[in-house]
Amino acid sequence: MSTSGRAFKFGDNIDTDVIIPARYLSTADPEILAKYCMIDIDDTFAGKVQKGDIMIGGRNFGCGSSREHAPIAIKGAGVSCVIAETFARIFYRNAFNIGLPIIECAEAARKIADGDEIRVDFESGKIENITKGETYQAQPLPPFMRDIIDGGGLIASIKKSRGEA
Amino acid sequence: MSTQAKQPMTMTQKILAAHAGKDFVAPGEFIQAKLDLVLGNDITAPPAIKEFTKLGQPAVFDNKRIALVPDHFTPNKDIQSAEQCRQMRVFAHDQSIENYFEIGEMGIEHALLPEKGLVVPGDVVIGADSHTCTYGALGAFSTGIGSTDMAAGMATGLCWFRVPEAIQFVLKGKLSEHVSGKDVILHIIGKIGVDGARYQSMEFVGEGVASLTMDDRFTIANMAIEAGAKNGIFPVDERTKAYLENRGKRPSVIFEADQDAVYAQVIEIDLAAIRPTVSFPHSPDNTRTIDEIERMEQEKGAITIDQVVIGSCTNGRLDDLRIAARYLKGKKVAKGVRVIIFPATQKIYLDALREGLIEIFIEAGAIVSTPTCGPCLGGHMGILAKGERAVATTNRNFVGRMGHTESEIYLASPAVAAASAVAGKIANPERA
Ligand code: SF4
Repeated sequence: MSTSGRAFKFGDNIDTDVIIPARYLSTADPEILAKYCMIDIDDTFAGKVQKGDIMIGGRNFGCGSSREHAPIAIKGAGVSCVIAETFARIFYRNAFNIGLPIIECAEAARKIADGDEIRVDFESGKIENITKGETYQAQPLPPFMRDIIDGGGLIASIKKSRGEA
Repeated sequence: MSTQAKQPMTMTQKILAAHAGKDFVAPGEFIQAKLDLVLGNDITAPPAIKEFTKLGQPAVFDNKRIALVPDHFTPNKDIQSAEQCRQMRVFAHDQSIENYFEIGEMGIEHALLPEKGLVVPGDVVIGADSHTCTYGALGAFSTGIGSTDMAAGMATGLCWFRVPEAIQFVLKGKLSEHVSGKDVILHIIGKIGVDGARYQSMEFVGEGVASLTMDDRFTIANMAIEAGAKNGIFPVDERTKAYLENRGKRPSVIFEADQDAVYAQVIEIDLAAIRPTVSFPHSPDNTRTIDEIERMEQEKGAITIDQVVIGSCTNGRLDDLRIAARYLKGKKVAKGVRVIIFPATQKIYLDALREGLIEIFIEAGAIVSTPTCGPCLGGHMGILAKGERAVATTNRNFVGRMGHTESEIYLASPAVAAASAVAGKIANPERA
């Protein structure tokens, strides 16, 4: 299980209000939320990001409220993986639970530049920077976490494991 | 298994390992653990119920291991909150949830669950509320999660976790008079910062633990999340056992950290040196000791206040009310200051009434509210207007938390809050 795409780089302490401002929270529809993803920090992001692209953050990515709308907006925008130095705890859970893979890797988060072509292998935790010809190693996702992502989120994967999907 | 030496574990690691059916779990490892209890409230349960319904599963995994507490916007403050409470009530009824607590038997969830004996040492508890970490006071692993986790937990009785590293806090000595658990945790947060324990477990040990009351421990564990921690946890001792007597609904399993367990950091705290401590706006780690505040007062004038709030899942327990009463007895609250006291549960309310505390509060000019989260999260029952300043025994002083974005919250102990209520400014309880 792997993904590849172009890197969109952001800084430290990207909070959930930046990811999706409270004024757009009257819906949980991923397509609508995606249109406003990162709008307060980069209003061109939603127009530029393409399916499969990868978001890079610094320290404490996703801090702030526990709103599940934040990872939903990122995933809805087409982002296939978020790599950051560190994530805020509840964002971390929420991302997996709605089926957005995220990886903590300080080296990758620091060395990857905006626009680099990136490939991530979730099984091995290997992150390849195709543009720079570098490789970074993150802790691989354990099988049942990969199953959550594969299944499209926690609820969907529970359904799948019961043979209902 | 081999005869290889056993790998040492912290208290949290041991509890998680036992619930994951493993001999050892390492920090950073992902596990799936069995849950002893799943909690939700009137704000977080409705979306979880919606997700649960998507599974098409007829019944929850165990109707005795789910707790639903309408405490945030109750007694229903408006039509929307009434609808949310109704969704939860209907679900609780349909699923025969044993631990659904209607108005009249309710209280703030994190005070109520331990009081009812629903959490025991060795448990793994998740709650769709960030202050679920409170139950670490009982030697349980408990942590806040999102609504999707709650839905999955209700359906499967399982939850995934990343095993946290731990910071060990070695408590020495004894607290001095006028100082309580709140000062300890504010001091620690001031020292390590709001992300000082991010993802980590805060494990409190040392000879100083024995001198802390259960209510002190609940207060300390409650605010572990304010240092970014996943959980805060205390060892189980005689006081814990006494608290659980005639209360614990299930047998306790007592876990102890191995002597050679590995910690990310070890921090020594001398309880005797802790001073009354206050968190200034707008972050719990923006702390000052009362001595610093007194010096500030001499230079720049007193910090006058409009409101005092004593209560919440942090400091709404009986000990907290007793402390507050000590400084309010026979006194009057300062003119122009509104003092709102909200006991955390019906039982605490009744005990306080029988002890004569409520009378002391009313005679001093405070009001006493029914148990609710109300003012703590700026829900109702004491919202701040623009420019107003409050001293609160709650746990968060973020911008706008109790009302207008230009209002200010100073977090403090019940002693500081009560002394301030009388003085009309942030005041030193030692001089009250
Ligand atoms: S009292 Fe405050 S912090 Fe505690 S559960 Fe209620 S709203 Fe949350």
